[in-house]
Amino acid sequence: MAMLEVKNLGISFGGLRAVDNFEITIEKGQLYGLIGPNGAGKTTVFNMLTGVYKPDDGLIRLDGQDLIGKNTIEINKAGVARTFQNIRLFHVQTVLDNVKIGLANHYKYSTLTGILRLPKYRKMEKAMDEKAMELLKVFEMEDKAGYLASNLPYGDQRKLEIARALATEPKLLLLDEPAAGMNPNETQELMDMIRFVRDEFDMTILLIEHDMKLVSGICEELTVLNFGQVLAQGKTSDVLNDPEVIKAYLGE
Amino acid sequence: MSFISYLLNGISLGSVYAIIALGYTMVYGIAKMLNFAHGDVIMIGCYIVFTMMTTMGLNPIVSILAAIVGCTVLGVVIEKIAYKPLRKASPLAVLITAIGVSYFLQNLALIIFGADTKSFTSVVNMEPIRLAGGKLVISGVTIVTVVACIIIVAVLMAFIKKTKAGQAMLAVSEDKDAAQLMGVNVNQTISLTFAIGSGLAAIAGVLLCSAYPTLSPYTGSMPGIKAFTAAVFGGIGSIPGAFIGGILLGVIEILGRAYVSSQLSDAIVFAVLILVLLIKPTGILGKPIHEKV
Amino acid sequence: MKNFSLKNMKKTTKNHFITYAMVIIVFAVVQFMVSGGMMSSLMQGLLVPLCTYSIVAVGLNLCVGYLGELSLGHAGFMCVGAFSSAFFTRYMEDSGMNPNLRFLLALIIGTLAAAIFGCLIGIPVLRLRGDYLAIVTLAFGEIIKNVINVMYVGKDSSGLHISINDNASFTLDDTGDMIIDGAMGITGTPRQSTFLIGILILLVSLFVVFNLVNSRSGRAVMAIRDNRIAAESVGINITKYKLMAFSISAAIAGAGGVLYAHNLSTLTALPANFGYNMSIMILVFVVLGGIGSFRGSIIAAVILTMLPEVLRGLADYRMLIYAIVLIAMMLFNWAPKAIEWRQRFSVKKLFHKQAKGVQ
Repeated sequence: MAMLEVKNLGISFGGLRAVDNFEITIEKGQLYGLIGPNGAGKTTVFNMLTGVYKPDDGLIRLDGQDLIGKNTIEINKAGVARTFQNIRLFHVQTVLDNVKIGLANHYKYSTLTGILRLPKYRKMEKAMDEKAMELLKVFEMEDKAGYLASNLPYGDQRKLEIARALATEPKLLLLDEPAAGMNPNETQELMDMIRFVRDEFDMTILLIEHDMKLVSGICEELTVLNFGQVLAQGKTSDVLNDPEVIKAYLGE
Repeated sequence: MSFISYLLNGISLGSVYAIIALGYTMVYGIAKMLNFAHGDVIMIGCYIVFTMMTTMGLNPIVSILAAIVGCTVLGVVIEKIAYKPLRKASPLAVLITAIGVSYFLQNLALIIFGADTKSFTSVVNMEPIRLAGGKLVISGVTIVTVVACIIIVAVLMAFIKKTKAGQAMLAVSEDKDAAQLMGVNVNQTISLTFAIGSGLAAIAGVLLCSAYPTLSPYTGSMPGIKAFTAAVFGGIGSIPGAFIGGILLGVIEILGRAYVSSQLSDAIVFAVLILVLLIKPTGILGKPIHEKV
Repeated sequence: MKNFSLKNMKKTTKNHFITYAMVIIVFAVVQFMVSGGMMSSLMQGLLVPLCTYSIVAVGLNLCVGYLGELSLGHAGFMCVGAFSSAFFTRYMEDSGMNPNLRFLLALIIGTLAAAIFGCLIGIPVLRLRGDYLAIVTLAFGEIIKNVINVMYVGKDSSGLHISINDNASFTLDDTGDMIIDGAMGITGTPRQSTFLIGILILLVSLFVVFNLVNSRSGRAVMAIRDNRIAAESVGINITKYKLMAFSISAAIAGAGGVLYAHNLSTLTALPANFGYNMSIMILVFVVLGGIGSFRGSIIAAVILTMLPEVLRGLADYRMLIYAIVLIAMMLFNWAPKAIEWRQRFSVKKLFHKQAKGVQ
């Protein structure tokens, strides 16, 4: 069974068909890329997959489970986590706390337990600290755990978003332009990290990216979106050599 | 007949709220701040008229003009001293400063005019109109208030639509930075907005005190809050919204007082506000807020 | 890794400790001054109100600073706490219950009642944002105050009589006792609030908020404040945590109300004590003390409540000076020019302030 199965997904905004008849199938453990010119509807697809927008029609299945009609919170609990194109961190909290917020649904204790500092509070907080540090280590950020998220350099902010998403223990990770604003060195590092995350956590990853070096470097399969419709789909090398795709990118 | 007379009273009170609400809504639309001191500018306007008419025995028209000028200047000065330095600060800081200005004006009035309630002489000397064989009496103040409100709203809307300054206001309220780039003098536009809003406050104050002839340093406080409620009710930032909100609020208040309970009329007004906002979270004519993900 | 988290723990714990210590030391000093006859009766009369305002300010700071929602209705929650507890105390007055136990129960009832109101009001209100939320909380506060002013509740041998709008709709027999008499409020509540009780409630409130904001739930609340969409994306139930924080904030204001009610033999719901002006006054404490700093809220509440009293010699000018001080402090604290100026002359102090803002 595919990890993510999307069929006939579509949404309109005020009469404008933003995404139409979108289809994608991603196998478990795959690194999949979603590319296309600006305004093609890539982020809109992410927003539908995560319940931010309610699709007008179509089908979304995660590991066999129907996601249509669920809200963002339920979808996250079902196993989809994401990052954002415009970084959305909890900026006045520490790096560690950002990750711990992501962990919250897996290390539960009640508000009252927290207020009264019962033994369970200490046990859970300790476990969360350890788990969060483990995640930060993956991104080589363990020495910055005490920084305020807003004080991190840009590249680290993007990495922290990924760490926070991973903390929710997803089955599918959606990355919205993870390399945006990074220099070539940072991008190279990020590529290694994404690969590492996939291998280490046995993660299925769908990413939106404009950086073709990253896309061709790590994505096994691609879907190209143009004007809300799938233009091409398949093995990365095949898709990138497709004349239609080249035309869409370079213009007529 | 009594229902119609209540309704007219409600429209009259609502017109006053609408004029005050215009000031709130314009300032909010442009400076994105709750000018808590707006109600107290009304009170200052009333004291100017009271002093000139009752104490000095001057002509009502002259007194009103003086109050308009006085309040306009006051509004601009308040903006320059207290709000302008905080234009980039957090909205909460500006709100607290506005509260400080409100306290300041109330206590200044308290020192100058004393805490005792003054009885205000109506500025309207018009004979009441009697309809339906004398069963329905419409007082001069009611007529003047409603007419004044309609004229003000019409002129203001024309001003914003037709004049360069009005268009500048619209531009600043849409996007301050973009307006600046387009060559709009943002500081001047904000000053102008405060000037207009405060001038209107003077008119509203005089009409309010003519209908309800008591004047104390706290006179402007509650009508100010209610007018703000009216502005939110109608959709804050919208001029027709302030008008509709003001009229509705006045009518609900007077009818509530007459038919339900005089002590609960404020509670009814606020309850209706809550209901409206729950159904339409940005008020009757407010634009919905979208957040891009 | 261990080292870091330990250090971090120490920093927050130290901050809490300083706040608790500050409250306890002030209590000890005041007790010493009172027993030594060094405090005027006017100042002594201010002690319980100071605790009340500090408690409500701590509660409001949870709402404004951590939930990130501006409430102008906290006087309403204070009012609910005050009236429900004073009603209970008056109702049980002749029951022969131990007065201390009765007060404790009244405190619990007042706090719970405010929490319930917070929850009921929060359900519709917390969907709104920013200034809309502010005006609706203000509206709720005014409604609570107005409704209490038309409530008549009497007790006699046949039980409770309740009426809204007039006191003629029921007559009490000769054992009758009018507990809530409309706009006249509740009279004859035993004055059980003491400075010690006030300090204890304040310490408990601090304990609750400090531990809350450093727990899983507290982090969720702050996540919603910082970025609602991101919070949803990591599976945080927005409504649940917003309501929880708002109710706790209301409950603390309610506890302040209980203290307030049992400090007066006549409790009335006037604009001056439970109107929006009170909500605004508390908000001023919170903002001037530093949004998010509970210690700051207490210090600001104390200084700003004392200021008009200290200036009493200036008669009518005192409130005018208060207003000017308020405006000047806001400009000094928040105007970009003033901040720039201070930065130039005191880099360290500013850094310190920012660091404090985090916790």
